[in-house]
Amino acid sequence: MTTETKTPVKKKSRSVGEVLKNMTRHQLFIPVAALVLLVLFNLIADPSFFAVSLKENSLGNPVLSGNIISVLDNASELVLLAIGMTLVTASSGGQDISVGAAMAIAGSVIIRLVCGGRVSVDTMQTSLILAVLAGIGVSMLFGAFNGVLVAYLKIQPMVATLILFTAGRSIAAWINNNQLPIVNDQVFKYAGTFIPGIPIPTPVFITILVILAFWLALKFTNLGLYTQSVGINANASRLNGLDPKMIKLLTYVILGACVAVAGFIRVSRSGSINYSRIAENIEMDAILAVALGGNALGGGKFNIYGSILGAYVIQFLTTTLFKYNVPSTALPAYKAVVIILLVVLSAPVVREKMSHIKKSSKRAKEVA
Amino acid sequence: MKKILALVLALTMVLSLGAIAFADGDLIKVGVINNDPNESGYRTANDAAMRATFTEENGYDATFYNNNDAAQQIATAQQMIQDEVDYLLLSPGSTTGWDTVLQDAQAAGTQVILFDRMLEADESMYVAAVVSDMPAEGETAVNWLADQGLDEYNIIHIQGHMGSDAQLGRTGALDAKVEAEDSWNYVTQQSADWNEETARTIVQSVIDSGEAFNVIYAENNGMARGAVAALDANGITHGKDGDVIVMGFDSDVWAMESVLKGEWNYMGLCNPMQAEKVDKIIKDLENGTEPAEKVIYSDEPGFDCETITQEDVDTFGTGVEEDAEEEAPADDAAEEEAPEEEAAE
Amino acid sequence: MQEGAVLELRGISKFFPGVKALQNVDFTLRAGEVHALMGENGAGKSTLIKCLTGVYPKDEGEIYMAGHDKPVTIRSPQDAQNIGISTVYQEITLCPNLTVAENMYIGRTKGNLTRWKRMNKGAGKILKDLGIPAAPGQQLSSCSIAVQQMVAIARAVDMDCKVLILDEPTSSLDESEVAKLFKLMRDLKARGVGIIFVTHFLDQVYEISDRITVLRDGQLVGEYVIEDMPRVQLVSKMLGKELGDISDIKKASDKAADMTSVPVLEAEQLASAAGIKPFDFSIHKGEVNGFTGLLGSGRSECVRAIFGADRVSGGTVKVNGKSVKIRKPLDAMKQGIGYLPEDRKLDGIIGDLSVRDNIILALQVMKGFFRPFSRAQAEAFADEYIKKLEIKTASSDTPINSLSGGNQQKCIVARWLLTDPVYLILDEPTRGIDVGTKTEIQKLVLELAGEGKSVTFISSETDEMLNTCSRLIVMRDRKVVGELKGEDLNQDMIMSTIAGGEAQ
Repeated sequence: MTTETKTPVKKKSRSVGEVLKNMTRHQLFIPVAALVLLVLFNLIADPSFFAVSLKENSLGNPVLSGNIISVLDNASELVLLAIGMTLVTASSGGQDISVGAAMAIAGSVIIRLVCGGRVSVDTMQTSLILAVLAGIGVSMLFGAFNGVLVAYLKIQPMVATLILFTAGRSIAAWINNNQLPIVNDQVFKYAGTFIPGIPIPTPVFITILVILAFWLALKFTNLGLYTQSVGINANASRLNGLDPKMIKLLTYVILGACVAVAGFIRVSRSGSINYSRIAENIEMDAILAVALGGNALGGGKFNIYGSILGAYVIQFLTTTLFKYNVPSTALPAYKAVVIILLVVLSAPVVREKMSHIKKSSKRAKEVA
Repeated sequence: MKKILALVLALTMVLSLGAIAFADGDLIKVGVINNDPNESGYRTANDAAMRATFTEENGYDATFYNNNDAAQQIATAQQMIQDEVDYLLLSPGSTTGWDTVLQDAQAAGTQVILFDRMLEADESMYVAAVVSDMPAEGETAVNWLADQGLDEYNIIHIQGHMGSDAQLGRTGALDAKVEAEDSWNYVTQQSADWNEETARTIVQSVIDSGEAFNVIYAENNGMARGAVAALDANGITHGKDGDVIVMGFDSDVWAMESVLKGEWNYMGLCNPMQAEKVDKIIKDLENGTEPAEKVIYSDEPGFDCETITQEDVDTFGTGVEEDAEEEAPADDAAEEEAPEEEAAE
Repeated sequence: MQEGAVLELRGISKFFPGVKALQNVDFTLRAGEVHALMGENGAGKSTLIKCLTGVYPKDEGEIYMAGHDKPVTIRSPQDAQNIGISTVYQEITLCPNLTVAENMYIGRTKGNLTRWKRMNKGAGKILKDLGIPAAPGQQLSSCSIAVQQMVAIARAVDMDCKVLILDEPTSSLDESEVAKLFKLMRDLKARGVGIIFVTHFLDQVYEISDRITVLRDGQLVGEYVIEDMPRVQLVSKMLGKELGDISDIKKASDKAADMTSVPVLEAEQLASAAGIKPFDFSIHKGEVNGFTGLLGSGRSECVRAIFGADRVSGGTVKVNGKSVKIRKPLDAMKQGIGYLPEDRKLDGIIGDLSVRDNIILALQVMKGFFRPFSRAQAEAFADEYIKKLEIKTASSDTPINSLSGGNQQKCIVARWLLTDPVYLILDEPTRGIDVGTKTEIQKLVLELAGEGKSVTFISSETDEMLNTCSRLIVMRDRKVVGELKGEDLNQDMIMSTIAGGEAQ
């Protein structure tokens, strides 16, 4: 037996305390609260933080510029990874730590094709669409590799993906014969910068498109239901006709696709790749985004929008810290503080205590 | 299929990174410990040159090891000493912690030659060091900047990996100048950890907050390129006749071309080509000639967009392609486009 | 405190968000008595136990304990243990990878932990005293569930407890094991231990208890001496209503089954990776049959093989006379077979998902990945069955694991009814749920048969099988040993067949 049946109680007007409590119980409470805090801090410290201006970039195109635009732009890769990571977390109860390395691979494949094996090109040697599709394909294959290890060989996700985490960047370098090619074709950089005439950074659009795709997928397929079922109870899911292994594998393949798009944006930003440095440590941020979004890292129920919000919160924090000249070497320390707060706040003991405090304060009010 | 592919990839990596040849009687046995070649274009060039020089044709039986982690490097160094290499060629990941290795080497009769990076030890512990003089590089760059005669220097300083030899040298000179001159100011001083993307974000952040700046002093070319991407995105002119002076370091050919085209103002050369010098030292030692100097600095001029020539680019630029068709294409799709030979050399 | 009482609870209340789980409940336990705590799921038994053992803080009320002149404060299970209240839960809460002796001593050895010899000796003595068939050095996971349960009790007993709480201790035990447990309980009684016994098994209550306290909807109904309380009255106290008459329905449904038609499902020499001997099986339209046998006799494995839940290793299956291949559950589902698994928690519910998602799951999977039900459609399905089966839940959005066991089980039943199965397999649908729901489920089975569906019903309680099934397949040692129907369908015959007598 678990907790007792919740017999409906008669509805009464909801007190402020109750509203507050319902809010804190909501899954999106933490990321929204964090975002509100950051916005408030910046509003008070320097409202010009939110200023957005229309400029012309060096190619003569109109572009919007400002911290907010930077946050939206720079968070793109992280948002994409967070989406895939959420699914993987939900289905397999673990995280893929190879996403950074896998981004290097996807980026390397795309660059390799676009450069056609040369070190520097002024025009693309392969159609961009073909190159990106190939990158996505290769990345999905590597995702499947992780997925097979996790779902069929039942290796712990972090251990399984440690393989690619370790080898990925070397594989990426090998794909390009250890060269560091450069693409000078402006068209290649559209995806990472601006499309002429459109003042909003292209990564923002790509991210919106991907979010939209997932919104549709969650609405018009059973991706959400199946993933959650498998993550919560694989045995029961199997007895209801699902194939838990296949579904776990599927989430890793989906993550692979997300990784490839993120990798494409990243190499498109500069038209080059640095295998060791590209998307370094991004896996930790992606996992943090999932946790910030109120998702249990042990799998099961998920809210993809929470993770997306979490990713923007992380970028917002980073941008804020840059603005106030906090040394970038200190960034991990600030993130650590966030993680500690998160972990503490989501601990059952603390939640219990918090609801008690609210309850007693509510009672005190009633007495008064 | 997936697993086979991964296996093949992994095997290839193992073979290409750690080819271990068995000792041959006449060959000079050397162990080469270097940093991760993928870290930067500079490092790629450096590693490639070492590998191209210490070959069997050239009379060497060489074992290569690449890792940025000094602890791993130390463990491998000890292994190499036990394997009785004649020479240990070392580019240390950190400047400290090498005492035991050096003592072991001395005891075993292994001669240690440092290349590219120094470490903290008595000079007697190694035969020679062929290195870049990082403080001198910084000095040259800062002097060049001072010669530009700006009324005010508002500098975005993008540092490399904190604590590294290159960062310390290149930061030191600039710090001293900013300290000394009232007209020299930091708009921001941030480490981008050699990461291009982080550098772009840092510069974008300064632009977003509306602070004025006229110099970007990036401690390597990758970070300079990231900074330039942010400038371009905001329509800020740079380079020759531009609003912002852009400075980078190392030796990448594309960076030198950027200087040649006037997109950048300055690149401080950090010469990665120590292989030949090290080779000569070893050959001399084998013939009984001690090197004339313990520490041999590479000649490392700075290149100005006003004075750089195509010849400079051809002479000092690295990262040009060598054997594009040396290895099989990485994936199926790559095969569709046969790599064309391009005479970039 | 009352004379002879070891424990008294006065005016205990506990509130959960939106629910008054306990309201002003009194409870008195006397030394040397077995006191049954009865009530439907959701009545507040578990909450009361959890307040008493410090798992939940109580919101109101006081707890008195013999030997303490003031009310005691219990903030944690550790506190409870220290003042002499020990609990053995339905789910084993020991460490499976430690030995029996280690499990008995873990967490209460002072100082030197490594006195293995003494520990094993002490554990051995207790196990022997209590007649528990386990060796001190044996790894706990190698013991049967029943023995593990007994080890948990032995651990509690050895801690000098004055109050022993047994929460559903018998739900995974077979009869001989229950008998052993009862002997153990009587021994403890004689030593003056007060035992709070929470169970759903009425027979067991009447066999062992001295007193009964009944709770309903979080409130105290009353405390009764067992002799003054006939069964029917107890049940009606628990339910707050009278029980329906099952046997009438049965007679009606008996006629519905046409045993001469082509069987709905027919299996020949079916065998699975779970290690049952190949068996034959068939079921007709409108028939209710069942598998019976002791725990572990292979009855669950048989139905799992039919459903494709375990890997099928041989045999043939025909549905409506047509040969079909059932390799995985989805194959069976497509043939119109539904399966309610034995272990609700492990194989049945998807814990954190809503009641709605749990109900629509099977039908949704059959419909396909790319064709999800609209929210409104899912809502409608869920509401229909919440109403039909009287599932007590705040809404269809409530996570299923916050429902009581009986209501969870109803959701699983609803899940399969929604697929409109031709043939429904119910493996222990009545385990661990309250009396009212048990009856409802039995009635439902007969109704389904009346509608022309075929049902295989498995239960550890022979009464229930006799009430519902017109044919029983008897299993022993993973082998079908007999089939009973008609005249032979009675308690004695079942017993003798299980025990080894010849059927027919």
